[in-house]
Amino acid sequence: MMTDLSATSSLTSAPAGLSPIIQVEDAAVVLDRRTIWQEVQLSVQPGEFLAILGPNGAGKSTLLKAILGLFPLSRGTISVLGHPARRGNAAIGYVPQRRHFEAEVHVRGRSIVRLGLDGRNWGLPLPFLQRGKERDARRRVQEAIDLVGAEAYADRPIGELSGGEQQRLLIAQALVTRPRILALDEPLDSLDLRNQQGVAGVIRQISRETGAAVLLVAHDINPILPAVDRVVYIAHGQVAVGTPEEVITTTTLSRLYDTPIEVLRASDGQIVVVGQPEEEVCYHAGLHR
Amino acid sequence: MPVSIADTVSPSWDLLADIQILLHYHFMQNAYLAGTLVALTAGIMGYFMVLRSQSFAGHSLANVGFAGATGAVLFGIPPIVGLFLAGALAAVSIQTLSEASGQSRQNDIAVGAVFTASLALGFLFIFLATAEYAANVYNVLFGNVLGISDTDVSIILWSTLVLVGAFLLISRPLFFASIDPDVAAARGVPVRALALGYLMLLALAVAVAVQIVGVLLIFALLVTPAAIAQDVTTRPAIAAAIAVALALIFTWVGLAVGYFTPYPVGFFITTFAFGTYALVRGGRFVRDRVVRRRLTSLPSSRVGGEG
Repeated sequence: MMTDLSATSSLTSAPAGLSPIIQVEDAAVVLDRRTIWQEVQLSVQPGEFLAILGPNGAGKSTLLKAILGLFPLSRGTISVLGHPARRGNAAIGYVPQRRHFEAEVHVRGRSIVRLGLDGRNWGLPLPFLQRGKERDARRRVQEAIDLVGAEAYADRPIGELSGGEQQRLLIAQALVTRPRILALDEPLDSLDLRNQQGVAGVIRQISRETGAAVLLVAHDINPILPAVDRVVYIAHGQVAVGTPEEVITTTTLSRLYDTPIEVLRASDGQIVVVGQPEEEVCYHAGLHR
Repeated sequence: MPVSIADTVSPSWDLLADIQILLHYHFMQNAYLAGTLVALTAGIMGYFMVLRSQSFAGHSLANVGFAGATGAVLFGIPPIVGLFLAGALAAVSIQTLSEASGQSRQNDIAVGAVFTASLALGFLFIFLATAEYAANVYNVLFGNVLGISDTDVSIILWSTLVLVGAFLLISRPLFFASIDPDVAAARGVPVRALALGYLMLLALAVAVAVQIVGVLLIFALLVTPAAIAQDVTTRPAIAAAIAVALALIFTWVGLAVGYFTPYPVGFFITTFAFGTYALVRGGRFVRDRVVRRRLTSLPSSRVGGEG
């Protein structure tokens, strides 16, 4: 089931003449004969900021992975920049759901950012033979580090950094190819409140400054709410797409969850969802490898 | 046994003259040649082994080599071939078992299971072999660097060329896959193929290195130099270079000291490696303590980063 609430809204309709950067047509994922989600229609415009929301195990990461070409669809198509979704697309910067680097990983952050640029290449670079290329690579790494504000600790071992600092460097790693799309899987998860706000600020700033479309999987929309253009809400195999005001409402969520849900708005604009089932049946645990 | 020769030589403390004495005999030339080549690959392999937290796997591949080498003696094939075959088989089993379990904690159990089973097999092979192989078992366990033949040297030379060539090719994606397999896979790095490929190369490197330090002391050349290198720098290329340099120094000095004293070379290589490791770790520990004390003694200082 799929509801595109944006059809009724002038706010979210695509600007005329722009072709979508991501086009999802009638997509479905079936795992162990269980439908994770189906009939998903979605088109993402360049520079758009999308939040993918929903309870645990609803298939938020699966949607992101399907767009990255890491997870096969059971039905439908996904095209990214006019081509079918495929693994290793340099136009997408990806930060997967994060466990921390272990404390004993004694590699500086800058080297880890650099991996985003040429870590997949075979052979070794010869800095003394290709000076221009090497200088260019270093400049791009520096640019990405500056963009996330990680200069102060970019040369420290990544295992010794805090969760927020690690997350910023990983976002820099995803940015270093200057991607058209930034795919972030729960980047604010397991961060304390101050770091949540800091990293959310960095992501908002990146989406403004680079013009990259951002797809962000989140548990809680509040830290990123001011930046979000549209919300993709997944629950019980159903998907609703639209602006936060359209999707995160008592009626829409009650229908998605098929149980009474109340959405409250605080005076500062923060959204509180009451009655939301905490955990979806975890049929998607097998996906994590 | 070279003990009788070693008893009669003492160093002159003149470096050039000493090197001449050291390289006077053919067996020492072979020892230095083989030691240098083995240290070179062990340093590179070790860097990735520590990075991938697979030092237990490396240790186990070496122990699996025990079954390979004793089996080779029993069946009349060259020990190095037996070592490599056993190691390659173990690499495939470790990879398959750990992929099936899918968790890093299960990984150690998978490795341990393979490793114990092969030790038992090696035990059976010794039992089946006659008494004259007893000395051979000793060599497999602790290495026999002073008894390396010209054929051994050329085998070691060729395998080193293969290993170094393979590493020049795969080191960058392997580094990516070791540090961050999820992102590497999304970027199109063949993470699983690299994991298996790395274990196969490790099996080859171990088969070669066992000739120098034996299966029990192989940690000294594989893990210790790399562990020290990662302690002193955070830059991958420099860390790998330091690991190689340290493995070379331990081997060269160990060979020299072993030559001028009546004691075994493997003991010295291992002891120098361990001593350096203890010094570096101890130094770091002291430095961290001093830094922390200085920080806490300042009233306005902030200990640690954010979060």
